[in-house]
Amino acid sequence: MSRLRASRFGAQGTFDSVAASRTRAGDLASVVPSPIRTRLLKTAGGFGVLVVVTCLVAPLVGSSPISLVRVFDRSIPFSENVDAQIFFVARMPRVFAGAVVGAALAAAGVVFQALLRNALATPFTLGVSAGASLGAMLAIVFGATISAGPFSAVPLASLLGAGIAAAIVYRLATMQDRAMSTTVLLLAGVTLNSFFSALIMFVQYIADFAQVYRAARWIMGDLDVGSFDPIVAALPMLVIAFAMFAWLPSSLNLLSVGADAASARGVDVGRTQRLAFVSASLATAAAVSLAGPIGFIGIVVPHLVRLIVGVDHRLVLPASALFGAAFLVMCDLAARTLLAPLEIPVGVITAILGGPFFLWLLVRKG
Amino acid sequence: MLHASELSYGYSSGGSRARSFTLDDVSVTVERGSLTGLLGPNGCGKTTLLNLLSGVLQPNHGVVSLNGVSLSGRSRRDIARHLAVVPQETHPAFDYTVMEMVLMGRHPHLGAFELEGPRDIAMAGEAMAATGTGHLAGRAYMTLSGGEKQRVVIASALTQSPDVLLLDEPTASLDLGYQLEVASLLRRLNVERGVTMVLATHDLNLAASLCDRLILMRDGRVVAQGATRDVLTASTIRRIYDVEADVTFHAPAGHITVTPLRRVP
Repeated sequence: MSRLRASRFGAQGTFDSVAASRTRAGDLASVVPSPIRTRLLKTAGGFGVLVVVTCLVAPLVGSSPISLVRVFDRSIPFSENVDAQIFFVARMPRVFAGAVVGAALAAAGVVFQALLRNALATPFTLGVSAGASLGAMLAIVFGATISAGPFSAVPLASLLGAGIAAAIVYRLATMQDRAMSTTVLLLAGVTLNSFFSALIMFVQYIADFAQVYRAARWIMGDLDVGSFDPIVAALPMLVIAFAMFAWLPSSLNLLSVGADAASARGVDVGRTQRLAFVSASLATAAAVSLAGPIGFIGIVVPHLVRLIVGVDHRLVLPASALFGAAFLVMCDLAARTLLAPLEIPVGVITAILGGPFFLWLLVRKG
Repeated sequence: MLHASELSYGYSSGGSRARSFTLDDVSVTVERGSLTGLLGPNGCGKTTLLNLLSGVLQPNHGVVSLNGVSLSGRSRRDIARHLAVVPQETHPAFDYTVMEMVLMGRHPHLGAFELEGPRDIAMAGEAMAATGTGHLAGRAYMTLSGGEKQRVVIASALTQSPDVLLLDEPTASLDLGYQLEVASLLRRLNVERGVTMVLATHDLNLAASLCDRLILMRDGRVVAQGATRDVLTASTIRRIYDVEADVTFHAPAGHITVTPLRRVP
């Protein structure tokens, strides 16, 4: 009562609880985390080391044991150095593929989650992967032989499918207004996912067994790229996507607080949403064209990273890209070695890890 | 300082090109250092006017100018260096800390790849001290009470170092105690720091206690504007809300109080 009596509207000196808790800027040092610059360096350094170590160790492990000394022994000609051939020709492309696909999917996951203001969104929520899968499926079933530059038929068709899906969703979400409606984006994406899945089932139904097996194997996700060529083909798209990502983090922080809040703090909401959608779709399309739709990376990695570095996108985005790279390389290592000489599709490993994690996340949020 | 001249704004409805106007020929002036209240019934265009004043929306007709310079054609970042907005409620999708939320106010002052430095952190600290939220710096925003959250959002807006603070029903979702806290904070910021404010509210007594000037709206038009004691009368309340009210000066409170009596058919 005394507080109410004393706290008349507009009266001065009545805000005791506030006045008592006033804190000088200097006192904040004890409660404020270290400045963002230091945290960013630590985060990038820590996760960077993890990626380098993972990418160096992973090619050494596999069904045929190899010696690192022999791999780099210059006295043995490369054509006779089996260890070097296994390391550089058989395993390194696969490790690099894992690293770029993992980085792309994890970063795209972070961007989609902020864009949709939904922590459970994934790079595949908006139908990009379903479009890619349909494209790949059609190329496999109809035995397409087209190619363009470094792209063979299946990756090309999957890119095309992803592009069409992204264009449809984008058009629907921007029909009413210049700014994107995230609700329409989400609904259109989910609907398109179902629609493309139905088409995929239909195509499977009319295909023969060998084609269905090949298509099903593609949908499980596979990093066995065979050479560096497919990675080089996908690299320009990934470079463009990551260059666009670099502009986004502080705007994503504000966008995830709300479109109005972001606009009021100086974010060009429409432009940021378009940049986020296009860059994340491009990264997803490139990753899927390279390795098929490997699930759960885009949700598991960002959430694990947030547990470690907090929720600031200036840390979460680079950390997720790096950890995504290391995580998928490790998952692929498990896929190659757990039942060696049999290989488990890497998408199965990520799903086995990701499914329960996703449920845990739902329960935890609940 | 903040001036809107002959503003009209309409929304396209149902995919058709036809526009239904929510604001029509609105001209308002906000003086430097004033605390201006924006009153009117639901759907009268208060939030639309705030969005036009903050440059979030572009008028179909008319001009909004700040310190004599039109907002039209200026980037969001440029406008946000001068105008800050406090919405009714803020629901971040991720669990930001209070310090992170407050530091987001520095966004318009930082370059695309620039990270906040000691000066920005000091400014955030100062804004938190002014709003009594310094002790919450390390807390997760989501775990705060309604009043604490609103004080944090006000701190974040202050960190923008704005010339004008626009507040959209900042006490609407708060209980009486928190309403008093936030109202008292706004008064203090206005008096001690000279922050110019425009406050949209449904609470006539809050407006009467806080605001030195009022803008009264109905059906997208300004019905009256001027000093609070001049425009907050029984007859204007009747014109705006179709409500008969008793308007008297309450000596212990030190301001006009409004007691609604009945709706006028």
